Amino acid sequence: MISDLFSLNVLIGILTSGVRLATSYLYAAIGETFGQISGVLNLGVEGIMLVSAYAGYIVVLKTEDPWLGLLAAILVGMVMGVATAFISVTLKADQGISGIGVYLFGLGFSDLLFRVTVKSPQILKGFGDVAIPVLSDLPVIGHIFFNHNILVYGAFLLVPVAWFVLNRTTFGLKIRAVGQNPEAADSLGISVARMRYATLMIGGGLSGVAGASLSIALLNMFQQNITAGQGFIAVALVYFGAWKPYRVMLGCLLFSMVNALQLWIQTLGIPIPSDIALMMPYVLTIVALVFAARSVVTQPAALTKPFERGE
Amino acid sequence: MKRLLFVLALIAIIATIAACAPAPTPAPTAAPPTKAPEVKPTEAPKPTAVPPTAAPKPTDAPKPTDAPKPTEAPKPTVAPTAAAAAKPFRVAVIMPSAKNDLAFSQSMVDALTKVQTELGKDKFEFAYTDGLGNVPDAAAAIRDYAGKGFDLVIAHGSQYGASLADIAPDFPKTAFAWGTAADTFASKGVKNINAYTVQSDQGGYVEGVIAAKLSKSGSVGAIGPVPAGDGNLTILGFEAGAKATNPNIKVAKTFTNDFNNAALMSQAAQTMIAAGADVLTGTSQAVVGAISVAKDKNVLWFGNQSAQTSLANKVVVANQVYDWSPFIKQMIDNTKAGKLGGEVMIGTLKNKVLVIDYNKDYALPADVKKLADDTVQGLIDGKIQTGVK
Amino acid sequence: MKNFDFSRLNPIIVPLIAGGLGLLVGALMLLALGANPLEAYAAMMQGAFGSTNSLANTMVKACPLLFVGVGTCIAYRCGVINIGGEGQLVIGALFATAVALTFQDAPAWFLVPAGLFAGFVGGAFWGGIAGVLKVKFNVNEVLSTIMLNSIAGFIMTFLLTGVLIDPTTADKAIKIPQTQRLPAASDLWRWVPTSFHGGILLGVVIAALIYVLLWRTTIGYRIRAVGFNPKAARYAGIAVQRYQLLAFLLSGALAGLGGAVELYGVTPHRLFSEGGTISFTSNAGFNGIVAALFGSLHPLGTIPASFLFGALLVGANSLQRTVQVPSAFVITLDGLIVVFVVASQIWAQKRSVKRVDEARASVVKAETT
Repeated sequence: MISDLFSLNVLIGILTSGVRLATSYLYAAIGETFGQISGVLNLGVEGIMLVSAYAGYIVVLKTEDPWLGLLAAILVGMVMGVATAFISVTLKADQGISGIGVYLFGLGFSDLLFRVTVKSPQILKGFGDVAIPVLSDLPVIGHIFFNHNILVYGAFLLVPVAWFVLNRTTFGLKIRAVGQNPEAADSLGISVARMRYATLMIGGGLSGVAGASLSIALLNMFQQNITAGQGFIAVALVYFGAWKPYRVMLGCLLFSMVNALQLWIQTLGIPIPSDIALMMPYVLTIVALVFAARSVVTQPAALTKPFERGE
Repeated sequence: MKRLLFVLALIAIIATIAACAPAPTPAPTAAPPTKAPEVKPTEAPKPTAVPPTAAPKPTDAPKPTDAPKPTEAPKPTVAPTAAAAAKPFRVAVIMPSAKNDLAFSQSMVDALTKVQTELGKDKFEFAYTDGLGNVPDAAAAIRDYAGKGFDLVIAHGSQYGASLADIAPDFPKTAFAWGTAADTFASKGVKNINAYTVQSDQGGYVEGVIAAKLSKSGSVGAIGPVPAGDGNLTILGFEAGAKATNPNIKVAKTFTNDFNNAALMSQAAQTMIAAGADVLTGTSQAVVGAISVAKDKNVLWFGNQSAQTSLANKVVVANQVYDWSPFIKQMIDNTKAGKLGGEVMIGTLKNKVLVIDYNKDYALPADVKKLADDTVQGLIDGKIQTGVK
Repeated sequence: MKNFDFSRLNPIIVPLIAGGLGLLVGALMLLALGANPLEAYAAMMQGAFGSTNSLANTMVKACPLLFVGVGTCIAYRCGVINIGGEGQLVIGALFATAVALTFQDAPAWFLVPAGLFAGFVGGAFWGGIAGVLKVKFNVNEVLSTIMLNSIAGFIMTFLLTGVLIDPTTADKAIKIPQTQRLPAASDLWRWVPTSFHGGILLGVVIAALIYVLLWRTTIGYRIRAVGFNPKAARYAGIAVQRYQLLAFLLSGALAGLGGAVELYGVTPHRLFSEGGTISFTSNAGFNGIVAALFGSLHPLGTIPASFLFGALLVGANSLQRTVQVPSAFVITLDGLIVVFVVASQIWAQKRSVKRVDEARASVVKAETT
């Protein structure tokens, strides 16, 4: 049985599932990276994902157009991002706590709307798998990377884009500046508040895509608490990635591949208790970081600190 | 620093002992029967005579002895007299998941709705609280409903039993029910708890038999949240049925340790399909995620607990539906006749609490249907045993 | 009274007004759901404060929030983020379970303190992992505590479907993932017939002790100095990492103790697992953090904050039962009120923050000189 695990078929299966599972984490974590680099810890990702997942779902259910659903999810995510910014930037509220509030609100509100508008779970037709011509025919790699729904491709394309924006544009530099040294940024005429609003809107929009990637692409359904903690994991993975988009992606892939691995372990009937198998991604993420984090990583200096103009 | 920590710990312990030392009076958790009538309805709406105190301080609160006397207790509907018939029979149900979960909780809501349709809305009412995964919250809900004078309070979740055993003696005129379970706590002297459960391995067995016949790859899969409860029974029954039909069949089993994680269930389904399974089943509300995958990949699905055909009528072959309505009606009759508890009801194919609900849109080959019917009959007659404990 | 500075009441009045606004938004939702908001909120008040029993229920609900909240105060004051309350509650409860099941025939005077102490140790252990990871391996505590919460949930299910399972159902396929009822000797004192138990008093005592620890001892000064400005603290010769680890140990220990108290104090006196931590904690690990903030991260302030938060949770459940809206409304209302109250802190704390900052500055000064 254990030897089954090392067959090519299983390896492809693990990698394919890993890539697919990483999608929602990736959107949410990259979005969260923007916010954290600018100095705002948004723990409410999970709540934003839930409400957006619902918004995408209901729009697709009514219009049968997944693109409209995606748009709705992004818009809802951005609105919630702005609300988060209003609370934590303008009103300078404690970021951890307001995030928990947004999470609870999203958890309850999405379910409430679902019960009132849809009543009973329904599966809809969302983004289907799109095989990329030529590339998907490649042996092994074709199946792993090039036979997914459109949002999976988008998630991995997002990584270099995020890297470019954060490292090679003035906008990115400003984001870093307000996260590292808001006072200096302010004295240079960069509006700390405006930058943080912008990053939280981006983060909210991407959390929206993350929610939609569940409700209208991966699962094509909505249900109470459909995200089941993914938003919190995404926040953790930002720390894993040390605020670097590529490392965040590695963290997302590691976490989801180990998750895929444990599902294969159970499916093949390898006698490991299911709970122990399920624990693996969580434990290995920590262990991986123990080895990776030896090099001193400094978090954005102003993270979680509201900016108060000097008096 | 260490010394101070130690001192702190010591203080904590002393404080603990001071605060938590056992009460001087013996206070066993199962309320002593002799005291039972004195216990007032907790949280119950008090008679209007009691003035609502504006600033409730614990010290000013009425002592237990000031409680309204049992004879005046505001429970209008419990007496099993002819007069009671004029009032609707009121049922309250407490459920662990959402009432529209297309699974365990919904099976009870559907049954209550069915009974209501049969008896009429003026004769039968029900209230519910769903999503009560937390047991103390559920216990508060049970107390509250009992105090509000509901005739029958159903604790629809095996985790609620221990709390129910504590609560029921405080409301000797209310009937309670607990499921899925087979213990009415009669051995502890509790007289007003009914228990209901299902031998869901039977339905799982039938599904397994059909699955083995329909599987072309010789590999099937079952997904559950935790290896326990009626879901585990179903999955083991499914495995037994499949193996009895085709000894060489591979039955993959995966548990996600989460009743809500639809994403993980969907990945479990993806994994099984990638491993060659072409017929799947599963339990809990999170299977909707797996059904979505089955629908997408055109892999057959067997539903459990509630009818799941509406989700994917091309791939759902059949469902094992829990139809609790016979039990509800029996408890109504019992309660009206003054028998508030002590009934253990086990749902089987025989008493039609377990129903194999075929999807009319799925063209099941006639020989397989025949085999399935024979299996059902065999399980009813006892000629077939699932072998699941 | 004429010269009374009303702005000093802001920390109390502002959150109440904000909470009221949250309820107002909730009222609009209730209207949309076809329920009568007045009836609903009357039921909520009745459910939370209406009788001795309701008050007791509110306090029982507040109890784990208080333990987690006081622990949160320590962590935040030391400048570390502990969002691992969920996991620490569960591990504490598992340790307490192990003690109660090992010494089944032990008398109450032994079992209760030993079990609670085990919970204390269990929580410290689980919080300590995050602390060591941070201090020794530079693993960010937000990541580790989130992961440890999930891991604790898996451990609980693993144990409750395995070695700790109630032996009466263990050999049946339909087994229930729960322990047997713990021996009655492990029950905390309870004010029969209400649900009020001795653990609540213990929580208040602990809150007071932690207040003394943080504000009246050298250790406390140093913890707060590290939280206020780690660089200055290091300059002053304080072993910053050691105090960060201590903060994790202590805040985890209190959450673990809270888990043990919840287990020993509240019916059904046994652990049950439905996958994940939430079936036991009911989100207390998160709500406790919120309660701590509402109490201005002060152990004594956390007492009334937990009480009010417990009242909200108990009352909202009661509301649901009375007006029969979906239970999702309860969680929505919870979130709304948290958001409103936290957003209002800017008006509540303008003055007090300044005072705290001044105090902190003087602490560092005192340590450096």
